[in-house]
Amino acid sequence: MPLIEFQNVSKWFPHSTGRQLLRTHIARWFGRVHHEPFYALRDVSFRVEEGETLGIVGSNGAGKSTLLSLAAGLTRPDHGAVRVNGRVAPLLELGAGFHPDLTGAENLVLNAALLGLSKRKTNELFDSIVEFSGIGEFIDDPLRTYSSGMVMRLAFSVAIQCEPAILLIDEILAVGDASFQEKSKAALVSFCRAGKSMLFVSHSPGAVREMCDRALWLDHGSVMMDGDVEAVLEAYEGRAVMKHRT
Amino acid sequence: MWNGDYLFLIRNLVEKDFKVRYRNMSLGVLWSLLNPLIMMAVLTFIFTKILAQRDRNFPLAVLCGLVPFNFFTVAWVTGTTSLLENTSLIKRVPVPRQVFPIASVLSNCLHLLIQIALLLGIILVFGRGINIHWLWLPVIWGLEILFVMGLTLTFSSINVYVRDTRYVVESANTVLFWLVPIFYSFAVIPVRFRGLYQINPVAALVLMMRNVLIEGHAPLGSTLIRLAAGSVIMFGIGLAVFAKLKDGFYSRL
Repeated sequence: MPLIEFQNVSKWFPHSTGRQLLRTHIARWFGRVHHEPFYALRDVSFRVEEGETLGIVGSNGAGKSTLLSLAAGLTRPDHGAVRVNGRVAPLLELGAGFHPDLTGAENLVLNAALLGLSKRKTNELFDSIVEFSGIGEFIDDPLRTYSSGMVMRLAFSVAIQCEPAILLIDEILAVGDASFQEKSKAALVSFCRAGKSMLFVSHSPGAVREMCDRALWLDHGSVMMDGDVEAVLEAYEGRAVMKHRT
Repeated sequence: MWNGDYLFLIRNLVEKDFKVRYRNMSLGVLWSLLNPLIMMAVLTFIFTKILAQRDRNFPLAVLCGLVPFNFFTVAWVTGTTSLLENTSLIKRVPVPRQVFPIASVLSNCLHLLIQIALLLGIILVFGRGINIHWLWLPVIWGLEILFVMGLTLTFSSINVYVRDTRYVVESANTVLFWLVPIFYSFAVIPVRFRGLYQINPVAALVLMMRNVLIEGHAPLGSTLIRLAAGSVIMFGIGLAVFAKLKDGFYSRL
């Protein structure tokens, strides 16, 4: 059974969703505002099997983040179907769901609850999460005193230790010092060995090459290529170089 | 699909609200007590010294009106903006969206508890003893909280689509202050306008509070049934409106 399956998924956004005000709605009723929808994803299909790590590459605006949001269940496709089997831990933005005035420990518990853990499970995992994050005695300080690297370490530790079936990671591993990066890479490798899957979005072909066995290249919302990580990255990088020259 | 521990999540969201609010206040919980006390003092001064009112129970009657009204308006307004304030969570974590307005109402319930404790304390100081009808209080308040949750689910989801909603709610609350018998009693309302008060859930709440705490008798069955039916229906409407609108939150926040 695939853990993630996208079937002919399309997602569009109306062009002018910026301001949700009464006068915008009235203008729309009278037909004064009319825009073609903007396609973030167009007819995207792929599957991720157990133990597989899929890297997603593409330039800005290619639809990578929209794809992760759909996989996380944050929004629904306008066409097609998204199926996800198992608990998802999204790491989409540094410290989303963290509050600067709460201590690290309080944020840790809140984050675990947001990921769907029960109180007992959270208490059980508390020590190992703190241990993994390496934050030590600072865990009882307010989060606003943390560096961005510390926030990322805490967020990553909660996500990986709470035993999800699927991890969604957006560019986040770039933060944190070298030793923590080593540790998190090791954790991700054993995570995948345990038969779980990961979607990994990155601009950096190097990180994708290191983490993933398969890659998907998105361009303007469409799948350009899906397959072995080397072949896809070569095509993607080749295209980027060509664009650069012209 | 998110399949976690709802109670644990809601408890954490409520605790977050409470901690964040009181860590930034030097007087902490005292602020919750001060606001209704000041209002009570001002209204009592105006209505006993300026506009002569001879009723000894006047301050009690005012407080019985202010505590439910305060809860109702504050919970309604903060609940209405609760989805906007949690934008970063809604766009990044796949939790069921209903938890945000519900947690917002529940965190206001903590302030309500503090204010109810103040109200009951003052009732005792004024020499009104505890009576058996106090057992109605949790029922009455439970219904009111259900009603506010329904209201909040409805208005918070509409507020995502039309940001002006918040100001409509604030204006409605200003009007409500005069339409809830806070500084006047039900007895003075002309019969032809009583219908207006019969359908006002906050007015019903004030009436029942005065029945129990000042007059010392059980609330009227018909009022109670009307409030119960209204609350259940409002909660149902809230859930339905929310379910209908929630798919559009992501692209509009």
